[in-house]
Amino acid sequence: MADKTRKKRYNIRISGLGGQGVVTTAHILGSTMDNAGQYASLVPFFGSEKRMAPVEAYVRASTEPIYEVGEVVYPDIILIYHSQVVTHGKSYTMPFYTGLKPDSLIIINSEVNVLDEDDVKVLKDLRATVVQFDATKLALDTAGTELATNMAMMGMMLGLINLVSIDNIETAVKERFLGTSFVSSGGTAMLDSAIEKKFKKKEELLQKNMDVISKTFEMANSIDLDTADLIIKFDI
Amino acid sequence: MSPNPEKKLEKTLVDINYLLKEAPREKHFITGAQAMAEAVKRASVDMAIAYPITPQSEVMHLVGDIYAQGHIKEYYRAEEELGTMSAIAGAARAGVRLFTATSGPGLLRGLEAIVSWPGHRVPAVLGILTRVINAPLSIQPDNIEMAYMMHCGAVMLHAENQQDTFDFTLAAFAIAEKVDVYIPVAVATEGFFVTHAKGYVEMTPEDMALNEFDPVAAPVPAMDNETPPARIQRDAPVQKSNFMSYLIHAVWQQEIWDSNKRAMKYIYEYLGGPIEVKNPESEVFLIASGCAAAQAREAWRYAQEAGLSVGLIKVRAIRPFPIDEIRDAVKNAKSIIVPEHNIIGWLCKEVKAAIPNGGIVTEGPRVYGGMTLPVELIMKEIHNSLGLEYDLKL
Repeated sequence: MADKTRKKRYNIRISGLGGQGVVTTAHILGSTMDNAGQYASLVPFFGSEKRMAPVEAYVRASTEPIYEVGEVVYPDIILIYHSQVVTHGKSYTMPFYTGLKPDSLIIINSEVNVLDEDDVKVLKDLRATVVQFDATKLALDTAGTELATNMAMMGMMLGLINLVSIDNIETAVKERFLGTSFVSSGGTAMLDSAIEKKFKKKEELLQKNMDVISKTFEMANSIDLDTADLIIKFDI
Repeated sequence: MSPNPEKKLEKTLVDINYLLKEAPREKHFITGAQAMAEAVKRASVDMAIAYPITPQSEVMHLVGDIYAQGHIKEYYRAEEELGTMSAIAGAARAGVRLFTATSGPGLLRGLEAIVSWPGHRVPAVLGILTRVINAPLSIQPDNIEMAYMMHCGAVMLHAENQQDTFDFTLAAFAIAEKVDVYIPVAVATEGFFVTHAKGYVEMTPEDMALNEFDPVAAPVPAMDNETPPARIQRDAPVQKSNFMSYLIHAVWQQEIWDSNKRAMKYIYEYLGGPIEVKNPESEVFLIASGCAAAQAREAWRYAQEAGLSVGLIKVRAIRPFPIDEIRDAVKNAKSIIVPEHNIIGWLCKEVKAAIPNGGIVTEGPRVYGGMTLPVELIMKEIHNSLGLEYDLKL
């Protein structure tokens, strides 16, 4: 089980719904790896840009150069941003864990169990570990907005795989929200300006995001991935 | 659109050898579209003509931006692809350095004009940012359109990643303009997987550019448009149904394909050769080009880690096809796997035709419709070739 956090290369599939910040997570993850002097590549995948429609982003993260391109068909890590990805099949692969490699990690944003008996059997056979917590509630409690759900999910994952430091993440989050190099689509830019008004200052937004990430890092530190349990659950 | 003389930028002009091999480089994390446009910026391009089609649009949009910044003298959007490619041929007669790019269905729409470029000795550079053609409509990467390009005489390079896209595009201008070549060079790479994905690119300085185009150093002279009457066509038309017309066409096409072959020495000089070989003593070889080469390289790395005897051949030049080089590289191979991003397997056919024992070639894995080519599928073929089990769950 220990090699879940000691892989040379992580193929990460992020499945969520439009508006949850799936693609933004991929960009920040990529920059975070770059800041840490490591390597990343990323690909977003979505249909029409709209709320509640399936969105997936794929990130490859490694301590070595990455040659691979395209969508991640065989992931080591799956992040599920919304329970409907599982319960309504809102993902580009059905079931959502299709292609999951043995000894891998799934992080699910939900307060209730969304895996049925068949899912549990397959995932146990693959020696998977599922970390489940209500990331949206954590984002609301800590940052005052559910829009920081993606930060909670990303923080939990980075906390578990130990590839980067909090500082690397902070630089990447700063680049995303305060920098000028990121070109966002119209919808994303509108969302950004809505967030801006809500928080008055982008610096404050940055701090809230970092608070969420720090919190999930603490939670990740308390997790023993060598446990025999399939599902590790946190109450928020 | 009017020229941009007031925006003429001061640049240090250097030859291609210095630019590609000696000039200082700085690392940037950019998309493949940016990499191609950045190469155009450093190539002293006189004129670019565009017609948008996804996923090429980003390249020609960025080329439009660098026109506005003064790096290019002329730029305009044509009425559609046939117009674009015809205008490139027309502009070539004025003796200028030309660039355009297209994708999938756009390439097919412009193909009638494009395939006349080599015969008309048009030394233009054509970016091909690959995309699905045929129905049902899709905008995803699939490099089947390259098969349609292979038989017109143009030189064709296939870039694996953002870095290749930058280097190949720069080299393409120099290769196209060699007096003993003087035919178009196409630089292909996969749409989205390269054009819209970021990778590290070592780039030369922005204020350093390739020596300007010399229209006098050409096997066919540029037209003198200032002194009427200007000739409409540089060479006599071959329209009469007599023996001479057949002969003229045949001789001319022989010369075009010889020009194509003569490009090989410059592919050696500027790009280090038409193929890259890893582990030449291996029994099993992966042979791939473009993005499939990136996937094959990853599979090759996994195979090294697992201690499997696997070699990798990346094919940089599709035309001229490196027949002798591949034949020599795989002379001791027991099996060859050719991963591809298209349904017909054009590279596989080329490889089979190049070697005397084509039966050792495994066709595929192939993905098409723009799907990604999972490294795991290549690993499965490697294990099959070595008689080993590979547990691939889907």
